[in-house]
Amino acid sequence: MYQFAYHHPDNLNQAKELLTAEESKPIAGGMTLIPTLKQRLAAYESLVDLSSIAELQGISETSESIRIGAMTTHSDVHHSDTIKTKIPALSHLAGSIGDVQVRNRGTLGGSIANADPAADYPAAVVGLGATIHTAERDIAADNFFTALFETALKENEIITAVSFPVPEKAGYAKFANPASRYAIVGVMAVKTRSGIRVAVTGAAGSVFRVPEMEQALGDAFTADAVRGIAVSSAEFNSDMHATADYRGHLVSVMAARAVDAANA
Amino acid sequence: MAKTGIGEAVARREDYRFLTGQGKYVDDINLFNQAHAWIVRSPFAHATINSIDKDDAAQMPGVVAIYTSEDFSGAGGVPCGWQVNNKDGSPMNEPKHPILAEGKVRHVGDPVALVIAQTRQQARNAAEAIIIDYTELAPAIDMKAALEPDSAVIHDEVGSNLCFDWELGDKAATEAAFEDAHHVTRLDLINNRLVANPMEPRAAIGDYDSSTGEYTLYTTSQNPHVIRLLMGAFVLNIPEHKLRVYAPDVGGGFGSKIYHYAEEAMMTWAAGQLKRPVKWTAERSESFMSDAHGRDHVTHVELALDENGKFLALRCNTLANMGAYLSTFAPCVPTYLHATLLAGQYTTPVIYCEIKAVFTNTVPVDAYRGAGRPEATYLIERVVDVAAREMNIDPAELRRRNFIQPDQFPYDTPVALTYDTGNYEATLDQAMEAADYSGFEARKREAAARGKLRGIGLSCYIEACGIAPSNVVGALGARAGLYEVATVRVNPTGSVTVLTGSHSHGQGHETTFAQVVSDMLGIDYDAVDIVHGDTAKVPFGMGTYGSRSIAVGGSAIYRSVEKVISKAKKIAAHLMEADVSDIEFENGEFKVAGTDKATAFGDVALTAYVPHNYPLEELEPGLEETSFYDPANFTYPAGTYICEVEIDPETGVVEVMSFHASDDFGNIINPMIVEGQVHGGLAQGIGQALLERCVYDEQGQLLTGSYMDYCMPRADDLPSFSVDTTVTACTHNPLGVKGCGEAGAIGSPPAIINAVVNALSDYNVTHIDMPATPMKVWQHLSNGRG
Repeated sequence: MYQFAYHHPDNLNQAKELLTAEESKPIAGGMTLIPTLKQRLAAYESLVDLSSIAELQGISETSESIRIGAMTTHSDVHHSDTIKTKIPALSHLAGSIGDVQVRNRGTLGGSIANADPAADYPAAVVGLGATIHTAERDIAADNFFTALFETALKENEIITAVSFPVPEKAGYAKFANPASRYAIVGVMAVKTRSGIRVAVTGAAGSVFRVPEMEQALGDAFTADAVRGIAVSSAEFNSDMHATADYRGHLVSVMAARAVDAANA
Repeated sequence: MAKTGIGEAVARREDYRFLTGQGKYVDDINLFNQAHAWIVRSPFAHATINSIDKDDAAQMPGVVAIYTSEDFSGAGGVPCGWQVNNKDGSPMNEPKHPILAEGKVRHVGDPVALVIAQTRQQARNAAEAIIIDYTELAPAIDMKAALEPDSAVIHDEVGSNLCFDWELGDKAATEAAFEDAHHVTRLDLINNRLVANPMEPRAAIGDYDSSTGEYTLYTTSQNPHVIRLLMGAFVLNIPEHKLRVYAPDVGGGFGSKIYHYAEEAMMTWAAGQLKRPVKWTAERSESFMSDAHGRDHVTHVELALDENGKFLALRCNTLANMGAYLSTFAPCVPTYLHATLLAGQYTTPVIYCEIKAVFTNTVPVDAYRGAGRPEATYLIERVVDVAAREMNIDPAELRRRNFIQPDQFPYDTPVALTYDTGNYEATLDQAMEAADYSGFEARKREAAARGKLRGIGLSCYIEACGIAPSNVVGALGARAGLYEVATVRVNPTGSVTVLTGSHSHGQGHETTFAQVVSDMLGIDYDAVDIVHGDTAKVPFGMGTYGSRSIAVGGSAIYRSVEKVISKAKKIAAHLMEADVSDIEFENGEFKVAGTDKATAFGDVALTAYVPHNYPLEELEPGLEETSFYDPANFTYPAGTYICEVEIDPETGVVEVMSFHASDDFGNIINPMIVEGQVHGGLAQGIGQALLERCVYDEQGQLLTGSYMDYCMPRADDLPSFSVDTTVTACTHNPLGVKGCGEAGAIGSPPAIINAVVNALSDYNVTHIDMPATPMKVWQHLSNGRG
């Protein structure tokens, strides 16, 4: 990696101030950024480490939602009793990310800001209809992920927390890349108080919802309701591990499994 | 007291330092005034180098030197250690393998320039400032296409991409047998290209002492004496007495650290130029594009059978990928380590095999755990399985009908080997019993009720370890001897230092060899130390590969201990005023037969070094013996592996439900270490069969250049293994041992693929190439449904 200045502010204002400098970049868990820097695929004058900022930490519960600080690790989400009780599918999803080391370092905010097409969290954020809180505003999940590695965030806008409405039921099923264990296809199927949401990660350039499945599940929230629904794979990713066709097939299979998990 | 003798499961003494982070690897070594190297590598598979502008780079902070190919004009190329001849007797094409690319790059990762700076970071920064002007050429990646007349030619002086066209066996007799056959089974298969991926990346430090003219190379090698020989004599022209090669703790090799690599010569040479140490440690991504790869065969095989399923003949032709240059032992892998194994465990009377070795714009390919024998086992055990299905004979029964019988040993195969001993049916029976072969149908039904497709597969492998004897391998093209060396040094107070030419890089030699020596001498296990890896300490050695360490290295130690005992008996006879023929040695004591006179091993050792009461006129003082052990033959471990898998028909995911291995390794010194070796081999075999593949795109870019895409087996990919052994002792080495390091990786891939194909038998699937990834299985399922 190239040399850079390293800052670790302990409050949000200080972080925002530091990030106004040229070629500065916030770093959360660093699970993508650090390998990228090590391979010299990116270089910054300064990195602003968000891990010491108390406002970005912690899991809190309101009557209808759970608010998770952006710098909460996957491991903390996975092990949280609150989340296990209220949104077990989210706990399960967090526990399926990467490996133990990644889960101990990687964070919710870092993951969704990076918007990797094969990351797990986008399925949860969109599937559960979460709200992304930044230092400046709130963004609805459906408006957050805009394209491959792109989000509605402005340059160096800091995510502070994500609020997940507590669903009636939810399930997540993932078909992991055998090598990287990223999602080749991951499906979050959710019965919310206001309707059904099905979100798919891994298959395309960005997380997306499947209206046909949502409609079918609205009629009957069963695995059989989605098993036969084929999604068009025309725009899907295709690589040596999975062709677009195979991904298309897996969306139906994983959707059915996600519904089974939600109903379990 | 803990039992530590031959046959005891002694805990590995080396593990304490490994598990507590106290292992000393090359990268842990830092020398005074050490400079750091970064190697500029080709981003292209095939390109001419028009110019290299290093002026800006040379001005970068900390830069000590930048070298390109002209600087190495006085050095030889990286040598190849084995010559294979064509069918017509002419030698193989052996193009130069330069230390740094000379005017042309031939694979992604081919070294182009060497940058040395005060720090690694500075060297890397300067490397980025070197401006190299390339003209890309069409690459030759696919082996079949590389042999077509319109293919790009990788080595202009060769004129084509054919390295050699070789054959083994009686072609006419084989063809005649096929003409008369009741049934012929045909199969096309691919043995997938693999990356070895030892945990420790390669590293090298060159050092030069200008006061003595002595060079030292610290390197991650499986055979430091071989590196000293190859690099000293063929590349840098440094005589042995001025070159020390030291391979300290080495974190796994699996074959990839046998070979002499250009980086070793670069560091050694640069240290001499700069009069200071120079260090290089590979990054993981560098390992992917510069460590020798393994396997990569494309084969057509045919098996002829009579109406009872007796094998009448086998023939095959194989394209074997050599990569862009010939690595140290590459030519012998598809030939003498592959074609010679094509009889397997069977009495197939005639066999004919053609091998074309092909240059491609890829990383050089060489031996990887098993080296040729996995490829042979895979094609035999797959074609036998397909034949069983075609002839509607149980796969185990078909194998049984064709086994070489115990009373047929020594058995001459039609492909040049003589098996000394074995009992294949006993091993098959034991494996079938342990795996509950007959209970499979019930398990299949139970799986079907859960919506899973369950399959069973078996494989009966043979392998050849401890490649030897030297005169035979020399006649077959080896440019080195294949003996092993051991010095057993009894110290004055009776402790023992063993200097072995074998090299341990995870095998547990320090424990196993100490068990042998302490058992033979009747002394405390902790009184025996094993020293290896340093040409300054060990007299000579050929190193560790091909499962040769216990069979060849262990035998050398055995012979040296015998010599020590023989001399010690003479000293004991003198001390006890007896005739040497009356001296017996037992449990660490020399006794005069028929009396109660005895003297301890330690007293004899002390007498040897303080020879006040000593037969000086007949015997030299000291107690140290050296042996060069050159085996009479290979050893032939064999076994039966049985695997059961379940396939999820919705996703194509294959899960290995059970794996049983019954191996005949001959006598066993440490059963725990042997079991560990089998586990590791099985993990790599499962990796090859289900997970691992090295993929180049059409432009020769390495698509699987990191663990994001190259799938190494992990614990949750593996079942809990069940292993046991049978024993037919090797007849030609003193310990009766055969070797166990590679068996797991050799025998397991066909067992797994046979199980996968068995599970898919209702879907009209007769073969699936490795690795049987979920997508590939799903595609077969989809086609079968259609």
